[in-house]
Amino acid sequence: MSDFEPQVLAFACHYCAYAAADLAGSMRLSYPPNVKVLHLPCTGKLDVIYLLRAFEKGADAVFVAG
Amino acid sequence: MAEPKVDAEVVASKPVGASLVVGGGIAGVQAALDLAGSGIKVYLLERSPTIGGKMAQLDKTFPTNDCAMCIISPKLVEAGRHPNIEIIATADLLKLEGEPGDFSATILRRPRYVDIDKCTACADCVAVCPIHVPSEFNEGLAQRTAIFKPYAQAIPNAYAVTKKGTSPCKATCPAGTSAQGYIALISEGRYEEALEVIKQYNPFPATVGRVCHHPCEGECNRGKVDKPVSICALKRFVADTVYDQWDAVNGQRQKSKGAEDQGVKELTPFPLAPQELPPEEKRRIAVVGSGPCGLTAAYFLARMGYQPTIFEALPVPGGMMRVGIPAYRLPRRVLRREIDEILSLGVELKLNHAVRDINQLFTDGYSAIFLAIGAHEAQHLAIPGEDAKGVFHGVPFLRSVSLGEEIRLGDQVVVAGGGNTAIDTARTALRLGSRDVTIIYRRTRAEMPANEWEIDQALEEGIKLEVLVQPMVVLSDDAGQITAVRCVRMQLGEPDASGRRRPIPIDGSEFDIPCDALVAAVAQAPEISFLNPDHRLEISRRGTFQVDPQTLATNRPGIFAGGDAAAGPGALIEAIAHGRRGALSIDRYLRGVPLLAPRELIPLPVAELTEAEIAEMRARGEVDLRPREEVPTVQPAERTADFREVELGLTAEQAHAEALRCLRCGLCSECYQCVLACKADAIDHQQAPYEQELKVGAVVLAPGYQLFDPSRYSALGYGRYPNVVTSMQFERLLSASGPTCGHVTRPSDRQEPKRIAFLQCIGSRDREHDYCSAVCCMYATKEAMLATEHIHGVECRVFMIDMRAFSKGFDAYFQRAQSQYGIQYSRSRIPAVAEDPATHNLRLVYETEDGRLCKDEFDLVVLSVGMEPASEALAQAAGIELDARGFCQTEPFKPVETTRPGVFVCGTFAEPKDIPDSVIQAGGAAAAALALVGQSRGTLVPPKEYPPETPVTPADEPRIGVFICSCGSNIAGVVDVAAVTKYAATLPNVVHAENTIYTCSADSLKLIQERVREKGLNRVIVSSCTPRTHEPIFRDTIREVGLNPYLFEMANIRDQDSWVHAKWPDRATAKARDLTRMAVARSRLLGPLYTQEQPLFHNALVIGGGVSGMTAALNLAEQGYDVTLVEREWELGGLVRRLHSTGEGADPQAFLQDLIGRVKSHPRIEALTGHELVKSSGFVGNFKTTIASRLDPTQRLIEHGVTIVATGGQVYRGRAHNYGADSRIMTQLDLEELLTAISDNPKSKIPVPHASGGRNLRSVVMVQCAGPWDEDGSDTPFYCSRICCSVAAKNALRLKELNPDMQVVVLYNRDIRTYGFLETLYTQAREAGVLFLHYQEGTRPQIGVNGQLQITVHDPLLGQDIAFNPDLLVLSSAIIPAEGSRELAEMLKFSCTLEGFFLEAHVKLQPVDFPAEGLFLAGLAHYPKLIDEAIAQAGAAAARAARILSKDALEVGGVVAQVDASKCTGCLTCVRICPFGAVQINPALTGVGEIAGAVEIAAAACRGCGLCPAECPAKAIQLQHFRDDQVLAKEEALFEAIATALAE
Repeated sequence: MSDFEPQVLAFACHYCAYAAADLAGSMRLSYPPNVKVLHLPCTGKLDVIYLLRAFEKGADAVFVAG
Repeated sequence: MAEPKVDAEVVASKPVGASLVVGGGIAGVQAALDLAGSGIKVYLLERSPTIGGKMAQLDKTFPTNDCAMCIISPKLVEAGRHPNIEIIATADLLKLEGEPGDFSATILRRPRYVDIDKCTACADCVAVCPIHVPSEFNEGLAQRTAIFKPYAQAIPNAYAVTKKGTSPCKATCPAGTSAQGYIALISEGRYEEALEVIKQYNPFPATVGRVCHHPCEGECNRGKVDKPVSICALKRFVADTVYDQWDAVNGQRQKSKGAEDQGVKELTPFPLAPQELPPEEKRRIAVVGSGPCGLTAAYFLARMGYQPTIFEALPVPGGMMRVGIPAYRLPRRVLRREIDEILSLGVELKLNHAVRDINQLFTDGYSAIFLAIGAHEAQHLAIPGEDAKGVFHGVPFLRSVSLGEEIRLGDQVVVAGGGNTAIDTARTALRLGSRDVTIIYRRTRAEMPANEWEIDQALEEGIKLEVLVQPMVVLSDDAGQITAVRCVRMQLGEPDASGRRRPIPIDGSEFDIPCDALVAAVAQAPEISFLNPDHRLEISRRGTFQVDPQTLATNRPGIFAGGDAAAGPGALIEAIAHGRRGALSIDRYLRGVPLLAPRELIPLPVAELTEAEIAEMRARGEVDLRPREEVPTVQPAERTADFREVELGLTAEQAHAEALRCLRCGLCSECYQCVLACKADAIDHQQAPYEQELKVGAVVLAPGYQLFDPSRYSALGYGRYPNVVTSMQFERLLSASGPTCGHVTRPSDRQEPKRIAFLQCIGSRDREHDYCSAVCCMYATKEAMLATEHIHGVECRVFMIDMRAFSKGFDAYFQRAQSQYGIQYSRSRIPAVAEDPATHNLRLVYETEDGRLCKDEFDLVVLSVGMEPASEALAQAAGIELDARGFCQTEPFKPVETTRPGVFVCGTFAEPKDIPDSVIQAGGAAAAALALVGQSRGTLVPPKEYPPETPVTPADEPRIGVFICSCGSNIAGVVDVAAVTKYAATLPNVVHAENTIYTCSADSLKLIQERVREKGLNRVIVSSCTPRTHEPIFRDTIREVGLNPYLFEMANIRDQDSWVHAKWPDRATAKARDLTRMAVARSRLLGPLYTQEQPLFHNALVIGGGVSGMTAALNLAEQGYDVTLVEREWELGGLVRRLHSTGEGADPQAFLQDLIGRVKSHPRIEALTGHELVKSSGFVGNFKTTIASRLDPTQRLIEHGVTIVATGGQVYRGRAHNYGADSRIMTQLDLEELLTAISDNPKSKIPVPHASGGRNLRSVVMVQCAGPWDEDGSDTPFYCSRICCSVAAKNALRLKELNPDMQVVVLYNRDIRTYGFLETLYTQAREAGVLFLHYQEGTRPQIGVNGQLQITVHDPLLGQDIAFNPDLLVLSSAIIPAEGSRELAEMLKFSCTLEGFFLEAHVKLQPVDFPAEGLFLAGLAHYPKLIDEAIAQAGAAAARAARILSKDALEVGGVVAQVDASKCTGCLTCVRICPFGAVQINPALTGVGEIAGAVEIAAAACRGCGLCPAECPAKAIQLQHFRDDQVLAKEEALFEAIATALAE
């Protein structure tokens, strides 16, 4: 399992978490590339379908930040 | 813009529709946004390179603990993008002239050295800048580079260079070499770059590094610490080292050959980059003389693209470097190497080629001539016998030796002269075998022109020096051979023209020095015997060419002269400087540019460091205290046998250590590495300050404050003890973007502190500061809370006088800090801090409340520093008065007005205050400015025109263009952008993919537009940085070419890819592919979105006729809008009707009567007293409110665009303190009226309520914090009513004025919360003898009313009860919400706090807004406050309201939710959850299953949050631009690759 590469989808609120992800970049922090951020206007927009569809299509984890 | 009906009399002179806002902190930004939002052009002036002010430095904000940056950043972005706001950073106001409505402001724009329009903020420059200085943004806890952006989210999003001045080394250097620059590069081991810096000025670093007289070291500020930096030796070191490296490779300079292919620039700073290339065939230039001046000129001419030819009379090149300086000082190979490199640039050298006819050179086709023939003719002593054999002259002698001619001097040699030539001659004689060499000089050693160290070396070698001796006669034998020199001894007389004392012969002191040879080394001059009248060249009296000293032009066009031939004999570096200057002049001459056109950078003043500054730098640890590295030399005994080099170079270790000694005086070292690194060509070191005039109608001053510098109170140890930090430093330690990434560690050992002490009132409430800074108590509480979240098990103790938790939610916050976070508070002021030197822990001694002395030790001490004003210069420029404290002078009831009409104030410049109060006052200032200039709104902000839109429908096949950004090397350095571009081209519907260096640069934006046209693109994707900053630019770009802005999509492959995955380039590239693929998937489904214009009512409803409501109504009316003012009472005036004095002694009644009069008489205001709201509906722009008179049931419908709620508050009249049971028990308001009755009839004795038995007042007790919470069984939590402490102090003072002997006691069991300037009332009251008595917290005073009043409290200090029997008991009663508040909230659909005050949209930054648009809040309905604060807030509400009313129509739609009525079941889920009240049931619609009624969303009220579509069980709602299919397409595209892999 050492080469297991989980695919992580992160839903991020435009105003906070997405901005924070940008800040991590400005600060040149490092995290693994297998996390992809999907931009939402607000995490309130997160529909349960989005979560289920992610797992259905092969996501190993979903991360919601807002 | 809606143009309200303009009053006839003001039409004649319309004010200028622009405003100037000075200060870009939160107050200035808010004022700018409020003005700009109403169609006023705003110039936002900011001193520093970025707006954001102090708030941007904060970690979190109280009392909500919101991230400060998260909430301010959107405001900064809004200000940065607002079409009506022009941010002018790095600028100051110099002068303000004119009248309200028509000001002329002169501003000074200081250079940023970076072109904001070109800078893409890619940070490539930061990587190469060698100058590291303490970061101001991080309060010195981290370093920044000289080129910097203060913080990641800064607006303008561009870098800036800090220059403090020209470093003295550079200023002194005749060639202007950036010595600080190459030294900084040497300190980083960047030798090749360092050498290139030197070569910008001087092609002879190795030569000059050996023989320069280095005046730079004489001026070096480091000399004030110990000894100057060994600048000269460092130059030699870096040249030797790099040459050796090059030679080690292949004997050639390693000019990176492929560099140009990679887009690497050669360093060509101004002025070396010619604006045009030299004409055809490279113009030929004749340079006469191959000395330092001629060779340097040829070098720079060749670098500029010319073809120079050097004519040299001698058989060797180098001039005096070759034939004047002996080889033991300058080895021939070193010189030869540097000359060879010049020749390798394509310079032609003709040796043995003396030019005798200058005119012939023009005939031969040379376009210009540079005469650099040096000064090779020796001057004679002019004494008898000088023609004897054995008499030589310095310059020819050295030349002969250098050229290898045989010369016999004999054993005994006398050298006459005191310059470097004399020393060189003497030391050369020694090396030629002479044994006894004597230098004679007619003055003293101190006057010798030779370099001090050269004289020392000569003496070390055994050369004798006879000073105050002058040769008189050369004695010779019969063969004419010299035998001796007859000399006379001299003494010094009066100073001569040179300033040196004139030597006078001493009679009878003649003596002979026997010798075999005499070398006269006294002076030299140019050899110009070849000149004939045809040359028509002017010659100076000194025998040099007459030239313009700036341009080196002779009297003949095209002929220039430099070096010794023009200036007379001088230093080597001066000749080199002339060579460069001559080359620049020739370039200008040939290009037809005026010779005097700016050639060098406009020099900044010399950066002199004072002793005090140096001491501060030492204290901050910025001075490397190592001693100067001395240059080693060969032992004297070894060196005189031959011409081996005497001075040895520094080792790499020595050079590194030496370079670190540099104090970086100029900050920016002008090494120009940033210029090289910037691919956007944004850096411009030529920028200079300039003045600009702005025409504005109104001015708002918001310059903010400066933090108190606690090192002024040395007992606190700040600056001495590493673990004593300021509160702002602690904010940075807490901040995730701070120097420690939010891991709180203490400076001494980087360990987590386990015990932290916060010391309050540092720079507040002391002898120097008679005010409270109003924010420190709360921020210390916040910092302590956050510390406990960051550090497990940390113990925090706050040492304070009072806890000033006076505003909305503050006291609850304070309570939570104690109960939930365990923060401990001690009422004690700490006068001094001591350090344990072993552990760097800090020891405090303090007194507990019960009088015990305690000692305690802490790991870290945080000083809660206060605010100080810092705008004296601005006040002078703006022509306004300051108060005695240095803050802006304002008058009572005019909180935003300065002493100059038309100039308004907000923020901490008026008085210390917190963020919401600053934001409120900013709105108030904006409103005042709008009342002045509002009628000219829209006149200076023409709307942008766009071409008609190309229709794009779902039926159209998507044609997507993808632009992959390199962002310089920010993305391309990690991600394989070429591969991603190639990949993007393969994705469905992508018809074009292209890589651009900076996609956001102006040329790339044009390119995108061209591609849209030529390829017929109907969707555009940019894979680059973050949409948060760049999406608007790209949207606007495609809109300019006729595409709907919503047909744009971005992929963030920088901030969320290359910047965070630099370690894994391959995986980062794969992720860039994934993100781009996701963007393409969504882009295919994007459609155009349109906004519609919705008409609105341009009038306002103001609810509440107190001071707040009336002020808001009047302001809007003055701005030109109709207002309906509804007041429930029968009279206007509200609570202020009962107020008769203020703390400042002003008369509220006079103010109120004036205000009421103006409201009643204003034609635009309809004031309806005795009216109430019945019902209300609608949304922003289109409210429908029904009102009715309290007497007459007839209802009236008002249609209005905005609503301002100013329903006020009331004084608590609860029973808890026997109020109402006895007329001697009264509220402060009752007392006010009583006191006013007295002052109205001053002769009367103080009338005491009848129950007191008619005695005069001798004793009054006041009880603070009387409120509903005191009632038994009450569930109302305590909150601070903000004003009662100052009211009590004020009334106590009034009592004392009436009768100084009266006993006045103020009982409090919490704190005295006289924040800001109110502190002076507290101080004055105590000075007047008012007793403030703190009784036990958590207890209530016992009040007895049987006969005598009796009040009993428990004093913890005495440990016993104290009883009073006053004549009056005055309750400082709470302010509670007005009656009917909750009902009103329900009707207008907004929330209340626990206490019943109305809840604003955001406590910090939206203090007058409700969550729903178009509704605003002001006055006591928001929270208890002073009259001035209410007036400011009323203005703020009006300013916000005007942003809506000023629009012709509301633009609605875009990213909003839309309902498909046919799917709606009418379940009301959306209606309930919408925070903005945008969703309503429309009975006219038909829902699912033909049921009547379905929801409808008012586009004007929808904020596009997406809550309702996510919650709608029937999926009847979709948020435009974030439709489910669009989001899911993106998601599915991410997993496409996985799905494919799994399928395989």
